[in-house]
Amino acid sequence: MRIGDAKQSYEADEAIWTSSTQKVWFSLFLVGLLVFPFMADAYLLYLGCMVGIAVISTTGLNILTGFTGLISLGQAGFMGVGGYTVAWLSMNTALPFPITLLLAGLLAAAVGILVGLPSLRVKGLYLAIATLAASVFLHFIFAEWESVTGGMGGLSLDPAHLFGLTFQSDFAMYFIIVPLAVLMVFGATNIFRTRTGRAFIAIRDRDISAEILGINLLRYKLMSFALSSFYAGVAGGLFAYFYRVVTPESFPLSMSIFYLAAVIVGGMGNLLGGILGAAFMTLIPEALKLLTAALTPFYPNAPIFMSPMLEIIFGALIVGFLIFEPHGLAEIWHRIRRFFSLWPFKN
Amino acid sequence: MDWLFFGEISLAGLAMGGLYALIALGFVIIYKATRVINFAIGEIMMFAAYLFLAFAGGMEMSPWVALPLAVLGGSLLGGVIEKVMIRPMLGESSISVVMVTIGIASILVGLVELVWGADPQLLPGFLPRKPVFIGEMYLAPKIAYGFLIGAALLVVYLLYFRFSRGGVALRATASDQAAAYSMGINVRRVFNLAWVFGSLAASLAGVLVAATGGLSPQFGAIGLSVLVVVIVGGLDSILGALIAGVFIGWLETVAGAYLGGEYRMPATFAVLAAILVLRPYGLFGTHEIERV
Repeated sequence: MRIGDAKQSYEADEAIWTSSTQKVWFSLFLVGLLVFPFMADAYLLYLGCMVGIAVISTTGLNILTGFTGLISLGQAGFMGVGGYTVAWLSMNTALPFPITLLLAGLLAAAVGILVGLPSLRVKGLYLAIATLAASVFLHFIFAEWESVTGGMGGLSLDPAHLFGLTFQSDFAMYFIIVPLAVLMVFGATNIFRTRTGRAFIAIRDRDISAEILGINLLRYKLMSFALSSFYAGVAGGLFAYFYRVVTPESFPLSMSIFYLAAVIVGGMGNLLGGILGAAFMTLIPEALKLLTAALTPFYPNAPIFMSPMLEIIFGALIVGFLIFEPHGLAEIWHRIRRFFSLWPFKN
Repeated sequence: MDWLFFGEISLAGLAMGGLYALIALGFVIIYKATRVINFAIGEIMMFAAYLFLAFAGGMEMSPWVALPLAVLGGSLLGGVIEKVMIRPMLGESSISVVMVTIGIASILVGLVELVWGADPQLLPGFLPRKPVFIGEMYLAPKIAYGFLIGAALLVVYLLYFRFSRGGVALRATASDQAAAYSMGINVRRVFNLAWVFGSLAASLAGVLVAATGGLSPQFGAIGLSVLVVVIVGGLDSILGALIAGVFIGWLETVAGAYLGGEYRMPATFAVLAAILVLRPYGLFGTHEIERV
């Protein structure tokens, strides 16, 4: 809490921006995002796009798992629905990308509602396993419904286009992915200032109490599933446009676990945490790649050890954060901020 | 319809199901005592199977020495995991604990790949090779003898939990921790023992399954089939684990033989989805009543 920052009204208390310092920093951040593609080389640009996609999907999963308390192991499946929708639409229609992405999100949301239906009867881990079943079925459909999904070979698609512009390079895709990510995170922030978002949080904290307070559990749980899968669908659609090929193996179960891990490492029920987690988890493998490349001259065997080391680091991060820092990177971030807002008065 | 073929497939499936039942038993023991859903059980199996490979293949021990050693190693691993990583999570939400086990699974896969490489491996054969015929039906000897060994351990377990002091302590802890604690049962020890026993069952099954189907770092995926088994049977029901284990093993093999390998997972997960909708707590699981 800042000194001299007493709130006079509820509006002020609920505002997204509580201080002008925040606004300044955020504007700087946005400018940074805008300038980044002009400064960055191809590799950094590629990373930026990957992080953007991961941020959208992680935010979606955070809505479901972090804020509503429903564990989902189906995030990759929902992304797959979005990815295949975009791929199919771009092959069979001439729709521009905003429409295809919207349709991808909506179809994923519809599938999400279907998957969420058992959530009235089962919860907790049983629900997680129901979503796992859904992802198995979705993977099966992607692999076997050859007339639509192209079977194991998958689909390759044309670049995204709008008003005759085509977005082919990573540079162009950056200007689709990152603004969309900012917009969707902003949307999520606002959801949690409304009745709907508050209902999600109430369900997470104690679902029976929430029901007694007059929250229709089925409706809000399904809404949470729909929202979360909408985010996943859009992320999957962007994924398809970015790599321009989708196969059943593009969306494996390990991807669902990756996003759960990103939510946990970032901090469950914290949107900033979701962003930090997504960026962190996406960049860790790349950092390891750089390290391997640096070590190869001294240890020629280093590349062989990279993939198992990645598995170990991935697991150790999950276990370590859950045991030692359960509130994730967001908590670390807050500690850093607190330090600077009290500096130099403390110590 | 070729009944002989169907019979042979069914028999192989049932034998596989027996091993699933053994793994599911290990899973249920851990769940009953500690309320932890162990997503790492497939990886513990894999670890034990690789240990067997190291003992019997690398160090050229007799398989009958290597087998107990590997199983012991796997159960020790379970005990260590409980002490080091699960114990600190006591009282945390179930989702966090599950994620810890997923993390452990990932660590184990990485370690195994680091030590033994990513390529598939064959275990040295140690089961008799003479074909087994039941009536006219042929059954692959590895599967048949694997089933017999697994079933033997299963019977030992059931007797142990029914009659021994340790078994009673475990069941008492499962039904009421506070009461068990006040009766002088060392609950912490029971938690640890549950992981040791659960991992022991899984480790033995791991070596037996790997002996029939080969071994690779992806071996742990079998944990998904076991997850189906325990959900269908009911997470806290030993009887459920046995029946569902045999049934799911049979269904998986029959679906694989008649519809093709890609149908194995969807077939069992369809049963899982149906059970979740009709009987959310499994065939024999306890229906938990919630109060505000």
